[in-house]
Amino acid sequence: MLQVNAFHSIRHSITAFAVAATLFAGSAQAVDVTGAGSTFVQPIVTKWSATYAEKTGNHINYGGGGSGAGIAQIKAATIDFGASDKPLSPDELSAAGLGQFPIVIGGVVPVVNIEGVKAGEIKLTGAQLGDIYLGKIKKWNDPALAANNAGVKLPDAAIQVVSRSDGSGTTFNYTNYLSKVNAEWKEKVGEGTSVQWPVGVGGKGNAGVAAYVQQINGSIGYVELAYALQNKMAYTQVQNSAGKFVTPNLASFAAAASHADWKSAKDFQLVITNAPGDDSWPITATAFALIYKTPKDAAHSKAVVDFFKYAYSEGGKAAEALDYVPLPAALVAQIEAYWKAEVKL
Amino acid sequence: MAASAESIAIPQSDEQRARRDGFADRLFRRIVAGAGIFVLVTLAGVALTTLWGGREAFATFGFKFLASSEWDTVGKQFGALAPVYGTLVTAAIALIIAVPVSFGIALYLTEIAPPWLRTPVASAIELLAGIPSIIYGMWGLFVFVPIMGRYIIPWLNDHVGEWPVIGGLFKGPPLGLGMLTAGIVLAIMIIPFISSVMREVFLTVPTRLKESAYALGSTTWEVAWDIVLPYTRTAVIGGIFLGLGRALGETMAVTFVLGNVHRLSLSLLEPGNSIAATIANEFAEADSEIFRSSLIALAFLLFVVTFIVLAIAKLMLRQMEKKEGK
Repeated sequence: MLQVNAFHSIRHSITAFAVAATLFAGSAQAVDVTGAGSTFVQPIVTKWSATYAEKTGNHINYGGGGSGAGIAQIKAATIDFGASDKPLSPDELSAAGLGQFPIVIGGVVPVVNIEGVKAGEIKLTGAQLGDIYLGKIKKWNDPALAANNAGVKLPDAAIQVVSRSDGSGTTFNYTNYLSKVNAEWKEKVGEGTSVQWPVGVGGKGNAGVAAYVQQINGSIGYVELAYALQNKMAYTQVQNSAGKFVTPNLASFAAAASHADWKSAKDFQLVITNAPGDDSWPITATAFALIYKTPKDAAHSKAVVDFFKYAYSEGGKAAEALDYVPLPAALVAQIEAYWKAEVKL
Repeated sequence: MAASAESIAIPQSDEQRARRDGFADRLFRRIVAGAGIFVLVTLAGVALTTLWGGREAFATFGFKFLASSEWDTVGKQFGALAPVYGTLVTAAIALIIAVPVSFGIALYLTEIAPPWLRTPVASAIELLAGIPSIIYGMWGLFVFVPIMGRYIIPWLNDHVGEWPVIGGLFKGPPLGLGMLTAGIVLAIMIIPFISSVMREVFLTVPTRLKESAYALGSTTWEVAWDIVLPYTRTAVIGGIFLGLGRALGETMAVTFVLGNVHRLSLSLLEPGNSIAATIANEFAEADSEIFRSSLIALAFLLFVVTFIVLAIAKLMLRQMEKKEGK
C-alpha cells in the first residue's frame, strides 16, 4: 500500500513535470543565442538580429572577433554558431561534428588613388593585379597596363601597394583570387587570411587600408565594396574568367554567386572568386555559418536555423542597403535541404 | 593606594598596547609584503605563460626565430627580427626627441616660466598623459601622415638624404608612414610622462643650492646642468624609463602609422613593424598552432627586450655613480 502510494506520487510528479516542460517549450520562450566570428558579416548579422528580435523575441547576440576566433569558439562549443570568411573542409567539419552553409555574399574591390583617375576608369586583369602586388609592375605607365587602358592617362608615378596588416577574410578572398589567376603569386605567396606581402605597406582593417590609399598618391589597395562606396574611392574594373571587364556592384556580385558551382560543393566548401559567367565580379566572397550537426542544445540550434531562414527570406533589403548581396534562391533551397538532411533538430 | 593602583595599571595597558601594536605592525607588514610579492608573481606569471605559449615556436625555429626576418604565414615560417628591430628603432627615435623636449618643458616650468603660468601648463601636461593612445594613432594617421608625406619626407630626401653615412636613414618613398613617423608620434605620447616626472623632481631641489649657485654667478643653464640635474639624476632617469617602457609596448598608435610590414630596412622612412603592433594585428586571425605560438613567443621577446633595456639602464646609472665616487 505504502509502495503503491509512493509510486503514485512519483508518477504524478513526473506527469506534472512533463506537462510543465511541454508548456514551457510550447510557449516559445525567448531564446538567447550567441554567435561569433567574421567581422565581415557583423554589420548585417547585427541588423538582421535587431529586426528578428522585434519579430520573434529571440535575441541573436553576435560578437564578431574574427573568423579564427569564431572557428575556435564553435569548436569549443562556447557559442551556438560561428561565422567564417573561409570555408572549412568537409574533413575538418566532420571531425568537429559541424555543418556549414553560406550566410551572405560580398565582394572585394581594388581601389586606387591616381590623380585624375575616377572610379571605374582603370581596367586591370587578374594577372596584372598579381604582378602589381608582387612588385613586378612598378609604375602606373608600365606598358603592360597601357594595353588594356587605352584612353586613360596613366602617370609616370610609382605604384604604392597597400594591403591589410591584420588577418582578415578580405585578404583571404583577395589572395585566393590572385593565386587562381597568377601562377607566380600562387607559388611565391599563396593564399591566407594574412600572407607575407612582397611589397608595400599594411593598414589595419578596411578603414586603415581606405585611409592609406586616400593619403598616398599612386597607391592601390583592396577593400570591401561598402568602404569603397562610402569613402567615394576610385575602384577599378577587373577582368573576369570569361575575359570581360566588369564593374564591382551588387549586380556583378549576384551574378558571380549564381554562376558559381554550388551544386557540387560538399558542405558548401567553395570560394567563389574567379567565378564563371560574362557579368560575374571575379573577387566575390561568401561568409559561412558553422553550427553543430547534433546540437547539445536543440532549442538554441533551432533558433539559429530559424534566424537564418528569416534572414534569407526577409533580410534581402537590409543586406542590399549595407552593400551585401542576398543569396540566390537556388542556393537558399539547397541550404534548406542541407539543414533537413544533415542537422538533427 | 591610588598611586600604587595607577602604577600597576599603567604597565598593564602599556603591555596591551604593545601587544596590539605588535599585531597591527605584523599585519601591516604582511599586507605590504603581499603587495610587493604581487608584482613578482605577476611578472613571473607573464614571463612563464608567454614562454609556455611560445614554446612551440622556440622549439621549431630555435635561434632562427631571433635571427630571421621572414614572416610567412602561409608557408608557416616565422622570425622575429623585423618586429624586434622596429620596436627598438621607434622607441629610440621617440627617446631622442622626447628627452630633450621634456627637459626643456620641466626646466621652463620650474625655473623660467612666470608663476601664474606654471600650474595651468603642468595640468595641461597631465591631461595630455591621459589621452588614450588610439587618439594619438588617429591623429597621426589623418593629420600627421599627410604632412610627413607631402612636406617633411620630400624635404628629408632632398637634403639629409644626400649626406654621407646617415643619408641612408633618410631616403625613402614619400608614403608618410614608417618608422620615423611612428617614432615622432611615440615621442609626442611619452613627452607628458617624462616631463611631468622631471618637473616633480626638479621642484625637490633645495632652493638654497640653486641660490648659492646663482650667487656665485652661474647662468640659468649652468644651474640646470650642474645643480638641478645631478641632484635629481636617478629620478630623471627613472622618468625617462617610464616613457621608454611605454614606447616599447605601445600598440595602437604605432599600428596606425608604422605601415605594418615584416621587412627589415635601414631607412627610417620605410614602413616597418613592432612587436606589439604585430600581435595586435594578427592574433585574432592566427589560424594555425605555430602562428599563434609565434605571436605569443613575440610577446615573450618584448618582455625580454624590455628587461634587457632596463638592466642596461641600471648598469649605466651605477657606472655614473661610481665615477662620482658615491
